[in-house]
Amino acid sequence: MKNSIDNIFKEAKNQNRPALISYTVCGDNNKENSLNILNSISENIDIAEWGIAHNCPTADGKEIQNSSYRALTNGIKLKNIFQMVKKYKKNKFSKPIILMGYYQMIFNYGEVKFIKKCKEVGVDGLIVVDLSYPDNKNFARLCKKNSICFVQLIAPTTSKQRMKEILKVSDSMVYMISMISTTGSALKVTTRKIMENYKIVKKISPYKNVVIGFGITEKTIGKLKSADGLVVGSAICKEITRSLNNRQNPVTNVSRLVKNLKKKTI
Amino acid sequence: MKLKKGVNIIDQHDKFGFYCNGKFGGNFVAETARKPIEDLSKLFEKLRKSKKFLKKRDFYFKHYLGGETPFFKLNNLTKYLGGAQIWCKDVSAINGDAHKAYHATVNALICKESGKKFIAGDTGAGMFGKNLALAAKEMKLSAKIFMGTKDISRQAPNVKFMREAGAEVVPVDSGSKTLVDAVSECMRHYVSNCDTTHLAVGSAIGANIFLKICAWSTSQISRELKRQLIREFGEIPKLKLINVIGGGSSALGFWNEFIDYDKKHVELIGVEAKYAAPLATNAKVAILHGAAQYCLVDKEGQIAETHSLSAGLDYPGSSPLHGLLKDTKRARYTLASDKEALNAFKLVSKLENLRPSLEPAHAWSECIRIAPKLNKTDVIVVNNCGKGYKDKKIYIENIGYYPK
Repeated sequence: MKNSIDNIFKEAKNQNRPALISYTVCGDNNKENSLNILNSISENIDIAEWGIAHNCPTADGKEIQNSSYRALTNGIKLKNIFQMVKKYKKNKFSKPIILMGYYQMIFNYGEVKFIKKCKEVGVDGLIVVDLSYPDNKNFARLCKKNSICFVQLIAPTTSKQRMKEILKVSDSMVYMISMISTTGSALKVTTRKIMENYKIVKKISPYKNVVIGFGITEKTIGKLKSADGLVVGSAICKEITRSLNNRQNPVTNVSRLVKNLKKKTI
Repeated sequence: MKLKKGVNIIDQHDKFGFYCNGKFGGNFVAETARKPIEDLSKLFEKLRKSKKFLKKRDFYFKHYLGGETPFFKLNNLTKYLGGAQIWCKDVSAINGDAHKAYHATVNALICKESGKKFIAGDTGAGMFGKNLALAAKEMKLSAKIFMGTKDISRQAPNVKFMREAGAEVVPVDSGSKTLVDAVSECMRHYVSNCDTTHLAVGSAIGANIFLKICAWSTSQISRELKRQLIREFGEIPKLKLINVIGGGSSALGFWNEFIDYDKKHVELIGVEAKYAAPLATNAKVAILHGAAQYCLVDKEGQIAETHSLSAGLDYPGSSPLHGLLKDTKRARYTLASDKEALNAFKLVSKLENLRPSLEPAHAWSECIRIAPKLNKTDVIVVNNCGKGYKDKKIYIENIGYYPK
């Protein structure tokens, strides 16, 4: 498939740059705006992550919590998220889309039903924050069966042995958490240290696409650009918050931010 | 599904930390917290087998927490209700004023053993927070206590204790501003600091290891009660053990030693708050704070808001272990309204020299409900698991007084 996650990484590599992956919460700050934001940044990103808002998130920092809160306050439901993915995918500039959320939302909907629905509307990948290895074996299998990329996570606390086990069963894309943190805090380790960890992962699995996330901003993105991919989430959510507080249009502001981020990766 | 006899209920999980054929429990945590949790599990399994550690625990239980808590018959209440004999296991007499003292002390001891200098915990009613703050002070650890802003205001006396003991009280202003949000924030703090901080989850909830540590610690209550029953009756009489259920930590401690008994011999009765009663109302199973459990959720799967006058019970989830006890029909779960709990407090404090906090007042309410229907040979034991001082203001606001 031309627009598959794997091809996107190949293309970015050909252009000698990391894939840029955005994270926004679906429905932030409302349904219409969140789709407009995604459409407006699509020319500058390679993959879009869309967060499924949950009201008891145990691994999100303040910025993403605020985004989820806005989305929930404005009534976002899974049903809407699926409709919006479908709508987004009709846009000819659309990029692969990964839904990211907490297991409760999937569990409540029903695993099998959820994955079927994802496939039906065109979701390319899934990240489930609190469904880690080995508890995710069955879910990962279901994803594979339905050609959905199940993105495993690796953290700085993950032992080398565990890393090997995870990479062995992982799909082609792997998410490396940059530091011991919830999403969105300031980087508390050096970018050099992050790249050292990245190299360890790549050494074990040279052919997997390893993306780095957590704490990546306009300031730090340039120093990490040798990675296969970089995820920017909280910085975007923060920009939405800032725009709303200043009564500015979040769509144009986020679009500008993402353009700048892209520039710094080239 | 059947409970295994002769195996502590906390150990009846599979290798993935699930109870009841995968229905309850598990380890639904972010990858970052996986390794620290695994390390903690290994440490705990080692410590619970270590004679030296058990000696230390017993030393602290005896000399720091004051030793065995009293067990006595409530003659006035028994006479007034005119049915079963009513006995009280007065856990609130412990230094620390609630069963959370056991759990907080053990967590501080484990933290010490792990070499970590920071300890973080959540609290609703403030009993766990207070005890964790005191234990941290005793063991020279730096404590952070996460508490909803609604609870900070309604349980102010305990907040004062925490601060005076030198703990940092972190106000949590998100969501319903109660225990559920405090636990979420505390878990987020752990995800960000798991290399330096020990997480002490305040109830028998959370990923597998946290509920195990909790129920293991509070089981001191039932060890004592068993001895005390034999001292009084020469045997284990036909019993009904009534306990309030919030997260479920006190009940698991109160029941632990009695789970293997036939339910006709020892009946286990859990009492939840009316609008926070996932077990009594047959709620759905949901994933909350790292584990699958009976939990109040809305149609979309979002965690529902709860309402209780009692901060310690104002929680949408329940312990996976209570899910197991419910599904195997070993325990029976019921509920009591704010008003019923307040009326129970009125009656118990009028007839007896007891001042239960709002949480055990729910258990007393069930005792008052069923005692008249039973015979003299039936023995009801209520776990009076918390002192009422912290709710003085709420009692005065609702019933007009707080007895001396």
